[in-house]
Amino acid sequence: MDGLIYASWLFVVALGLTLVFGVLKILNIAHGSLYAIGAYVAASLVTLFASWGLGGHFALLAMLLAAVGVALVMGPLMERYLLRLFYARDEVVLLLVTYALFLILEDAVKLIWGVNPYYVSEPYQLFGNVAFASLFYVGYDFALIGLAIACGIAVWFALNRTRSGKVVLAVIFSREMSSSMGVNVDKVHMIAFTLGVFLAAVGGAFTAPMISVQPGISVSVIIVSFAVIIIGGLGSIEGAAIGAVIVGLARAAAVHLMPEAIYLVMAAVLIFRPEGLFQRAAARKI
Amino acid sequence: MSRLALVLGAAGIMAVLLLVGLALPRWLLFLVTLAASHGIVSVGILVIMRGGLVSFGQGLVFAIGGYAAALSFTQLGITDVIVLILIGTLAATLVGAAVGPLLARYTGIFFGMLTLALSMVAYGVLIKSPAVGGSDGFNIPRGTLFGVRLEGAAGDYALYALAIVLTGLAATAVALHTRSARGLMTRAIHGNGLRVEYLGTSVQSVMAINFTIAAALGGLGGALTIVALGHIEPTFAYWTQSGEFVFVAILAGSQSVTAVFIASLALELVRSFSNLYFPNTWQLALGLFLLAIILFLPAGIGSLWAGRRKAPATGAETQA
Repeated sequence: MDGLIYASWLFVVALGLTLVFGVLKILNIAHGSLYAIGAYVAASLVTLFASWGLGGHFALLAMLLAAVGVALVMGPLMERYLLRLFYARDEVVLLLVTYALFLILEDAVKLIWGVNPYYVSEPYQLFGNVAFASLFYVGYDFALIGLAIACGIAVWFALNRTRSGKVVLAVIFSREMSSSMGVNVDKVHMIAFTLGVFLAAVGGAFTAPMISVQPGISVSVIIVSFAVIIIGGLGSIEGAAIGAVIVGLARAAAVHLMPEAIYLVMAAVLIFRPEGLFQRAAARKI
Repeated sequence: MSRLALVLGAAGIMAVLLLVGLALPRWLLFLVTLAASHGIVSVGILVIMRGGLVSFGQGLVFAIGGYAAALSFTQLGITDVIVLILIGTLAATLVGAAVGPLLARYTGIFFGMLTLALSMVAYGVLIKSPAVGGSDGFNIPRGTLFGVRLEGAAGDYALYALAIVLTGLAATAVALHTRSARGLMTRAIHGNGLRVEYLGTSVQSVMAINFTIAAALGGLGGALTIVALGHIEPTFAYWTQSGEFVFVAILAGSQSVTAVFIASLALELVRSFSNLYFPNTWQLALGLFLLAIILFLPAGIGSLWAGRRKAPATGAETQA
């Protein structure tokens, strides 16, 4: 059960990561920092709302607003003014660019919010407790699982069942071809990246009540979500879901013995199925 | 540059550095020692990077070299630093030779992620091993050189000289290797691996050997570091440590081995000064600097004097 709760927010974060990788072919190391920023902004906003006397369910609104705000500010800014400069270069160069971004954001967060941890545990009590098979669980955790499922379905639906989603899929398939068919590829890139940022920030915002928000949370998140999308296959939504559940359960089972079991799983998957557990191996292109 | 000129040049630089070291204050001596030990690890990354791959897990071999040397000191009672360093290098080389062929099958991001995963596994194992000090690591006292205990200012200078000579020799060997047929093949692989295969060379074996060389250099750097630092802990294998090595390699660019040491020294200087004056923003400065280098000097600071050859092949033509 703990594993599922862990898996749910991990899935949301990894979903953003895998979406950005699928569309832009960027493995975004700074994704963890965006998660952290989401958590910080949410913590600040919830506190602010509370000081206005808007407690209770308004806190949820505050967290959502935080995620939207972070996405709308950080997404276009990063994509348009930074990443775009490097599209013509190797994937590896882009990896390094996002690593540089990670270093910058990490310290920017420390500058803005300081190094002391923030606690906003109030929304955590919002949904009461749920009795389940003679055990008590916090309702918020169930809400989180629901949120993760909703996010997953929404993204899947938008990609596979709507017109704009199909345009995105076309861009993933061939950047050049869709561009010559009149698709505004730059716009698709920006929207996809912003959506990825949003998912990271949502993950951060809604876990903020469960953890102490402090420097260093981004590092652990990014490594684990890498593991998730590697296990599930880069750029695959279903893969991210299954990867998140595997990692969540593995972590719950092994956290006291050996939390690094996750990396062993990841290494094993890379060695035997480098395309991910549930993806067919792509034909080698010349 | 002919090979003879290269060797003579390297010998000249080492001699000058050894003389300069006599005049340096002790803190700076220590800093240069660390910069040389870390720089040689980045040289290893460079060897891999010339083939178009970036290893985010050099912390692994760095830690193996360090732990092998440190444990030989505490468990086996070997105190001679040269022997310790040899043991560290050898241990890392063995590991590199074991995982190298495995890693060589992967390209691009997969290679980076797999190296990252391996180093994080090592980090996790080290943290959970009370026998080697767990997350605190352990200290080792200063070693001996030819039976003389390395203490005080003379000891510091001896370690400095050792670091300069050993990394200098290793770096010269690497520079010679990059000019050899096999070394040039690495460049061709970056250009187009598939064509290299068609021409009858195994990309995998070239990359596996490159990784083993990088592992040896990483082990050398790790062993040198703990001999000078006297302390080892699992963060040696943590991915941020690996990231720093990558940072230095990018900063230096793949054209000049000398540039790596300059970049490494610059990093150590910036780190120690900014720890003093602005402890919370030095990563930020580092990130901005890295971006600027990638943007404006894609071939690294080495390209400033090593001649402006064309930047490494760009575009998505590297094979999947």
